[in-house]
Amino acid sequence: MSRDRRYPEEVSGPFESPPLSFIDRTDREMKLTPYDGSKEDKEALVQMYLDFDPSDRAQGIPPGQESRIRTWLDTILSDECLNVIAWDDQTVAGHATLVPDGDAYELAIFVLQAYQEAGIGTYLIKSLLGYGAANDVRKVWLTVERWNRPAVGLYKKVGFETSNAESFELEMAIRLHKDPT
Amino acid sequence: MKVLLGIGGADDSIKALEKTIDRATATNDELTVAIVENPNADRTPNEVEDAVQKYLDEAKLSATIRHVEGDPGSRLVDIAETEGYEEIVLGGGQTSPMGKIQIGQIAEFVLLNSHKTVTLVR
Repeated sequence: MSRDRRYPEEVSGPFESPPLSFIDRTDREMKLTPYDGSKEDKEALVQMYLDFDPSDRAQGIPPGQESRIRTWLDTILSDECLNVIAWDDQTVAGHATLVPDGDAYELAIFVLQAYQEAGIGTYLIKSLLGYGAANDVRKVWLTVERWNRPAVGLYKKVGFETSNAESFELEMAIRLHKDPT
Repeated sequence: MKVLLGIGGADDSIKALEKTIDRATATNDELTVAIVENPNADRTPNEVEDAVQKYLDEAKLSATIRHVEGDPGSRLVDIAETEGYEEIVLGGGQTSPMGKIQIGQIAEFVLLNSHKTVTLVR
């Protein structure tokens, strides 16, 4: 995983950092908050992934069984990772995460099926990038299945550029801060 | 069954090695371990051979070990098709820091081009 990736020269953003609220396209009031490390936040995330439709899995995540979900969440909710949760009242509607990878971060975003196609993903990824930028994250990359056009479109819209098109999955990257000179 | 296990020395290769040896022990598969040159691997071909020999000894299984030079994907497909193998077994991919499964270029080539059954070990 440590091979060189190309990142855009240009810095994207600025993106607003959470917490923030918005009304989605179906008039639901949504809140975006950073994961606070509490048991309540974690259990609400477990519940979202238990409800997750396996047809929306990407490259094996989220895993399907509760024990595997918990092991996976332990990794991506650790102190060095950055997580933002989209809430509909007490229910988690979506979750986006930045996991450190050398001098960059890997990004993933998940929106529960009942909350898709309502503009939540756009707010969620922007606020995660704002949260990352506020925490000195310089470079972010992700992989996406190339047939997943809505996702690719979302990533392009916020500033991701294709960094590698030669693998099974499309690899995309974005820059949030300039490299130190 | 005549099985060709292709391994290059990444972590998923070692897992494929263990599981394939376990299976061959149970089924009496005729196993050949082909050690390929994978520039992305963490282990050298000689280190891989040591690991293969160690697992075979532990399992008390005999298998042919051969080193394959040249492009790994096309060589594995060619060997399987010309030498009467029924199945190619490969590692099932590495995982990203996030836990996403990423299929390597060797597996991608073999999956798309092999006319023999391909198994990716998870």
